[in-house]
Amino acid sequence: MSEIELRARNFLSVLRHCQHLQMTVEQADEQGLIIKLPYSDNIVGNPVTGVIHGGAITTLMDTCCGISTVCYLPEFEICPTLDLRIDYMHPAEPGKPIFGFAECYRVTPTVIFTRGVAYHEDRDEPIAHVVGTFMRMGKAVNPGSLKAHGDEEGA
Amino acid sequence: MSLSEEQVQDIISRSRETGDYGELVEAIPYAKMIGMQVKRMGNEAFFCLPSAQNNIGNPVLPALHGGVIAGFMEQSAMLHLMMFMNSEVFPKIIDFSVDYLRAGLYRDTYATCQVWRQGRRVGNVAITAWQTRSSEPIATARAHFKLD
Repeated sequence: MSEIELRARNFLSVLRHCQHLQMTVEQADEQGLIIKLPYSDNIVGNPVTGVIHGGAITTLMDTCCGISTVCYLPEFEICPTLDLRIDYMHPAEPGKPIFGFAECYRVTPTVIFTRGVAYHEDRDEPIAHVVGTFMRMGKAVNPGSLKAHGDEEGA
Repeated sequence: MSLSEEQVQDIISRSRETGDYGELVEAIPYAKMIGMQVKRMGNEAFFCLPSAQNNIGNPVLPALHGGVIAGFMEQSAMLHLMMFMNSEVFPKIIDFSVDYLRAGLYRDTYATCQVWRQGRRVGNVAITAWQTRSSEPIATARAHFKLD
Protein backbone atom coordinates (compact mmCIF):
# COMPACT_ATOMS: atom_id res chain seq x y z
CA MET A 1 0.00 0.00 0.00
CA SER A 2 1.32 3.47 -0.89
CA GLU A 3 2.08 6.02 1.82
CA ILE A 4 -0.75 8.25 0.56
CA GLU A 5 -3.26 5.42 0.80
CA LEU A 6 -2.01 4.51 4.28
CA ARG A 7 -2.41 8.10 5.47
CA ALA A 8 -5.90 8.32 3.95
CA ARG A 9 -6.93 5.05 5.65
CA ASN A 10 -5.52 6.17 9.00
CA PHE A 11 -7.36 9.48 8.71
CA LEU A 12 -10.69 7.82 7.90
CA SER A 13 -10.28 5.19 10.63
CA VAL A 14 -10.34 7.78 13.45
CA LEU A 15 -13.54 9.52 12.29
CA ARG A 16 -16.19 7.81 14.37
CA HIS A 17 -19.24 8.80 12.34
CA CYS A 18 -17.55 7.54 9.16
CA GLN A 19 -16.90 4.21 10.85
CA HIS A 20 -20.55 4.17 11.89
CA LEU A 21 -21.50 4.57 8.20
CA GLN A 22 -18.89 1.89 7.28
CA MET A 23 -17.04 4.15 4.86
CA THR A 24 -13.81 2.74 3.39
CA VAL A 25 -10.93 4.12 1.30
CA GLU A 26 -11.02 2.50 -2.14
CA GLN A 27 -8.17 4.36 -3.80
CA ALA A 28 -5.77 7.16 -2.88
CA ASP A 29 -2.96 8.53 -5.01
CA GLU A 30 -1.60 11.76 -6.52
CA GLN A 31 -4.72 12.00 -8.69
CA GLY A 32 -7.18 12.09 -5.80
CA LEU A 33 -9.17 9.96 -3.40
CA ILE A 34 -12.08 7.52 -3.71
CA ILE A 35 -14.19 6.54 -0.67
CA LYS A 36 -17.04 4.01 -0.64
CA LEU A 37 -20.29 4.45 1.30
CA PRO A 38 -22.24 1.17 1.40
CA TYR A 39 -26.04 1.26 1.15
CA SER A 40 -27.80 0.80 4.47
CA ASP A 41 -31.43 1.03 5.61
CA ASN A 42 -30.24 3.37 8.39
CA ILE A 43 -29.27 6.19 6.04
CA VAL A 44 -32.44 6.27 3.95
CA GLY A 45 -33.94 9.75 3.67
CA ASN A 46 -37.17 8.85 1.91
CA PRO A 47 -38.92 5.83 3.48
CA VAL A 48 -41.23 5.50 0.45
CA THR A 49 -38.54 5.24 -2.22
CA GLY A 50 -35.58 3.99 -0.12
CA VAL A 51 -33.30 6.69 -1.54
CA ILE A 52 -30.27 7.57 0.63
CA HIS A 53 -30.49 10.86 2.54
CA GLY A 54 -28.59 13.85 1.18
CA GLY A 55 -26.95 14.19 4.61
CA ALA A 56 -25.18 10.85 4.20
CA ILE A 57 -23.94 11.95 0.77
CA THR A 58 -22.81 15.27 2.27
CA THR A 59 -20.91 13.34 4.95
CA LEU A 60 -19.31 11.14 2.29
CA MET A 61 -18.26 14.15 0.20
CA ASP A 62 -17.13 16.36 3.11
CA THR A 63 -14.96 13.47 4.30
CA CYS A 64 -13.72 12.67 0.80
CA CYS A 65 -12.83 16.30 -0.04
CA GLY A 66 -11.22 16.78 3.39
CA ILE A 67 -9.10 13.63 3.27
CA SER A 68 -8.15 14.25 -0.39
CA THR A 69 -5.81 16.93 1.00
CA VAL A 70 -3.43 14.14 2.13
CA CYS A 71 -2.99 13.26 -1.57
CA TYR A 72 -1.41 16.69 -2.19
CA LEU A 73 0.29 17.79 1.04
CA PRO A 74 3.76 16.50 1.93
CA GLU A 75 2.85 16.15 5.60
CA PHE A 76 -0.35 15.63 7.55
CA GLU A 77 -2.16 18.90 8.24
CA ILE A 78 -5.44 19.66 9.90
CA CYS A 79 -7.80 21.18 7.34
CA PRO A 80 -11.25 22.09 8.68
CA THR A 81 -14.03 22.69 6.14
CA LEU A 82 -14.77 26.33 5.35
CA ASP A 83 -17.64 25.62 3.02
CA LEU A 84 -19.14 22.87 0.93
CA ARG A 85 -21.65 22.94 -1.92
CA ILE A 86 -23.46 19.97 -3.39
CA ASP A 87 -25.51 19.97 -6.61
CA TYR A 88 -27.70 16.92 -7.14
CA MET A 89 -27.82 15.63 -10.72
CA HIS A 90 -29.86 12.47 -10.07
CA PRO A 91 -31.26 10.76 -7.00
CA ALA A 92 -29.14 7.84 -5.80
CA GLU A 93 -30.49 4.38 -6.64
CA PRO A 94 -31.67 2.40 -3.61
CA GLY A 95 -29.58 -0.65 -2.67
CA LYS A 96 -26.39 0.46 -4.38
CA PRO A 97 -23.18 1.69 -2.72
CA ILE A 98 -22.14 5.27 -3.43
CA PHE A 99 -18.58 6.21 -4.28
CA GLY A 100 -17.11 9.63 -3.64
CA PHE A 101 -14.18 10.95 -5.67
CA ALA A 102 -12.38 14.16 -4.72
CA GLU A 103 -9.31 16.05 -5.85
CA CYS A 104 -7.61 19.29 -4.82
CA TYR A 105 -7.43 21.67 -7.77
CA ARG A 106 -5.66 24.54 -6.04
CA VAL A 107 -3.47 24.51 -2.95
CA THR A 108 -2.45 27.87 -1.45
CA PRO A 109 -0.65 28.54 1.86
CA THR A 110 -4.01 29.46 3.45
CA VAL A 111 -6.72 27.42 1.77
CA ILE A 112 -7.23 24.32 -0.38
CA PHE A 113 -9.89 24.19 -3.09
CA THR A 114 -11.34 20.74 -3.70
CA ARG A 115 -13.95 19.31 -6.03
CA GLY A 116 -15.50 15.94 -6.51
CA VAL A 117 -18.41 13.77 -7.55
CA ALA A 118 -20.61 11.14 -5.96
CA TYR A 119 -21.53 8.24 -8.26
CA HIS A 120 -22.59 4.59 -8.42
CA GLU A 121 -20.61 2.93 -11.22
CA ASP A 122 -19.53 5.62 -13.64
CA ARG A 123 -17.82 8.82 -12.58
CA ASP A 124 -19.11 10.42 -15.79
CA GLU A 125 -22.69 9.88 -14.61
CA PRO A 126 -22.59 11.56 -11.22
CA ILE A 127 -25.32 11.60 -8.60
CA ALA A 128 -23.87 14.89 -7.35
CA HIS A 129 -21.15 17.44 -8.04
CA VAL A 130 -19.33 18.91 -5.06
CA VAL A 131 -16.96 21.78 -4.37
CA GLY A 132 -15.41 22.41 -0.98
CA THR A 133 -12.91 24.85 0.47
CA PHE A 134 -10.68 23.86 3.35
CA MET A 135 -8.58 25.97 5.71
CA ARG A 136 -4.90 25.15 6.25
CA MET A 137 -4.00 25.28 9.92
CA GLY A 138 -0.37 24.19 9.55
CA LYS A 139 1.24 20.94 10.59
CA ALA A 140 -0.40 18.85 13.28
CA VAL A 141 1.26 18.91 16.71
CA ASN A 142 1.44 15.14 16.62
CA PRO A 143 1.60 14.04 13.00
CA GLY A 144 -1.16 11.58 12.25
CA SER A 145 -3.35 12.74 15.09
CA LEU A 146 -6.21 15.19 14.84
CA LYS A 147 -4.98 17.25 17.78
CA ALA A 148 -6.25 20.78 17.62
CA HIS A 149 -4.24 23.97 17.76
CA GLY A 150 -7.16 26.13 18.75
CA ASP A 151 -10.89 25.85 19.04
CA GLU A 152 -11.76 26.62 15.45
CA GLU A 153 -11.19 23.19 14.04
CA GLY A 154 -12.73 19.85 13.63
CA ALA A 155 -15.88 20.33 11.62
CA MET B 1 -38.20 -0.52 6.56
CA SER B 2 -40.34 0.84 3.79
CA LEU B 3 -43.58 2.79 3.93
CA SER B 4 -46.28 3.39 1.36
CA GLU B 5 -47.10 6.90 0.23
CA GLU B 6 -50.45 6.61 2.01
CA GLN B 7 -48.79 5.67 5.29
CA VAL B 8 -46.50 8.70 5.07
CA GLN B 9 -49.45 10.97 4.27
CA ASP B 10 -51.28 9.62 7.32
CA ILE B 11 -48.25 10.32 9.52
CA ILE B 12 -47.98 13.86 8.16
CA SER B 13 -51.69 14.61 8.67
CA ARG B 14 -51.57 13.20 12.21
CA SER B 15 -48.47 15.28 13.02
CA ARG B 16 -50.18 18.40 11.66
CA GLU B 17 -53.22 17.81 13.85
CA THR B 18 -51.34 17.14 17.06
CA GLY B 19 -48.36 19.44 16.43
CA ASP B 20 -46.11 16.51 17.42
CA TYR B 21 -43.76 15.62 14.58
CA GLY B 22 -41.90 12.91 16.49
CA GLU B 23 -43.63 10.15 14.52
CA LEU B 24 -42.57 11.73 11.21
CA VAL B 25 -38.93 12.00 12.35
CA GLU B 26 -39.06 8.34 13.48
CA ALA B 27 -40.29 7.38 10.01
CA ILE B 28 -37.22 8.89 8.32
CA PRO B 29 -34.35 6.45 8.98
CA TYR B 30 -31.52 9.01 8.60
CA ALA B 31 -33.19 11.52 10.94
CA LYS B 32 -33.73 8.72 13.45
CA MET B 33 -30.12 7.52 13.12
CA ILE B 34 -28.57 10.90 13.95
CA GLY B 35 -31.18 11.29 16.72
CA MET B 36 -32.71 14.62 15.77
CA GLN B 37 -35.84 16.06 17.37
CA VAL B 38 -38.43 18.64 16.34
CA LYS B 39 -40.47 21.07 18.40
CA ARG B 40 -43.22 23.12 16.85
CA MET B 41 -44.18 26.29 18.69
CA GLY B 42 -47.03 28.06 16.94
CA ASN B 43 -45.87 28.91 13.47
CA GLU B 44 -42.21 28.39 14.33
CA ALA B 45 -40.18 25.20 14.51
CA PHE B 46 -37.03 24.39 16.45
CA PHE B 47 -34.83 21.47 15.56
CA CYS B 48 -32.46 19.81 18.02
CA LEU B 49 -29.62 17.34 17.55
CA PRO B 50 -28.71 15.99 21.00
CA SER B 51 -25.03 15.10 21.37
CA ALA B 52 -24.41 11.47 20.41
CA GLN B 53 -21.15 9.52 20.28
CA ASN B 54 -21.82 8.14 16.81
CA ASN B 55 -22.06 11.67 15.37
CA ILE B 56 -18.46 12.53 16.30
CA GLY B 57 -15.94 13.22 13.55
CA ASN B 58 -12.73 14.55 15.11
CA PRO B 59 -12.31 12.39 18.25
CA VAL B 60 -9.68 14.61 19.88
CA LEU B 61 -11.60 17.87 20.33
CA PRO B 62 -14.11 16.08 20.24
CA ALA B 63 -16.26 17.61 17.51
CA LEU B 64 -19.33 16.56 15.56
CA HIS B 65 -18.69 15.47 11.98
CA GLY B 66 -19.33 18.39 9.63
CA GLY B 67 -21.38 16.06 7.45
CA VAL B 68 -23.72 15.28 10.33
CA ILE B 69 -24.20 18.99 11.02
CA ALA B 70 -24.99 19.51 7.32
CA GLY B 71 -27.31 16.47 7.25
CA PHE B 72 -29.12 17.75 10.33
CA MET B 73 -29.53 21.17 8.67
CA GLU B 74 -30.77 19.65 5.40
CA GLN B 75 -33.28 17.47 7.24
CA SER B 76 -34.40 20.47 9.33
CA ALA B 77 -35.08 22.47 6.16
CA MET B 78 -37.01 19.57 4.63
CA LEU B 79 -39.15 19.07 7.75
CA HIS B 80 -39.70 22.83 8.02
CA LEU B 81 -41.10 22.89 4.47
CA MET B 82 -43.29 19.86 5.18
CA MET B 83 -44.62 21.42 8.39
CA PHE B 84 -45.58 24.77 6.93
CA MET B 85 -46.66 23.99 3.39
CA ASN B 86 -49.72 22.02 2.49
CA SER B 87 -47.99 19.19 0.77
CA GLU B 88 -47.75 15.57 1.75
CA VAL B 89 -44.74 14.64 -0.31
CA PHE B 90 -41.06 14.73 0.64
CA PRO B 91 -39.37 17.79 -0.86
CA LYS B 92 -36.43 16.68 -3.04
CA ILE B 93 -33.04 18.29 -2.56
CA ILE B 94 -31.70 20.20 -5.60
CA ASP B 95 -28.62 21.79 -4.08
CA PHE B 96 -27.17 22.45 -0.66
CA SER B 97 -24.47 24.89 0.39
CA VAL B 98 -23.04 25.12 3.90
CA ASP B 99 -20.58 27.55 5.52
CA TYR B 100 -18.85 26.32 8.67
CA LEU B 101 -18.24 29.21 11.05
CA ARG B 102 -17.14 27.56 14.29
CA ALA B 103 -16.22 24.08 15.45
CA GLY B 104 -19.32 22.02 16.16
CA LEU B 105 -18.30 20.72 19.57
CA TYR B 106 -19.64 17.59 21.22
CA ARG B 107 -22.76 19.31 22.53
CA ASP B 108 -26.45 19.59 21.73
CA THR B 109 -26.96 21.48 18.47
CA TYR B 110 -29.99 23.53 17.44
CA ALA B 111 -31.30 24.76 14.11
CA THR B 112 -33.95 27.10 12.80
CA CYS B 113 -35.04 27.67 9.22
CA GLN B 114 -36.24 30.59 7.17
CA VAL B 115 -38.14 30.03 3.95
CA TRP B 116 -37.09 32.92 1.73
CA ARG B 117 -39.09 31.85 -1.27
CA GLN B 118 -41.64 29.17 -1.84
CA GLY B 119 -42.72 28.95 -5.42
CA ARG B 120 -44.95 26.33 -6.97
CA ARG B 121 -42.05 24.10 -7.91
CA VAL B 122 -39.02 25.20 -5.94
CA GLY B 123 -38.42 26.36 -2.37
CA ASN B 124 -35.41 28.28 -1.03
CA VAL B 125 -34.59 27.74 2.64
CA ALA B 126 -31.86 29.25 4.84
CA ILE B 127 -30.78 27.27 7.87
CA THR B 128 -28.84 28.44 10.93
CA ALA B 129 -27.26 26.00 13.40
CA TRP B 130 -25.88 26.94 16.80
CA GLN B 131 -24.87 25.43 20.12
CA THR B 132 -24.42 28.16 22.73
CA ARG B 133 -26.55 31.01 21.40
CA SER B 134 -28.28 31.72 18.12
CA SER B 135 -26.20 34.88 17.60
CA GLU B 136 -23.09 32.67 17.40
CA PRO B 137 -23.94 30.12 14.72
CA ILE B 138 -21.63 27.16 14.14
CA ALA B 139 -22.87 26.92 10.55
CA THR B 140 -25.23 28.58 8.10
CA ALA B 141 -26.61 26.87 5.02
CA ARG B 142 -29.06 27.32 2.22
CA ALA B 143 -30.87 24.77 0.16
CA HIS B 144 -33.19 24.52 -2.82
CA PHE B 145 -35.87 21.85 -2.83
CA LYS B 146 -38.12 20.62 -5.62
CA LEU B 147 -41.64 20.72 -4.26
CA ASP B 148 -43.83 19.04 -6.87
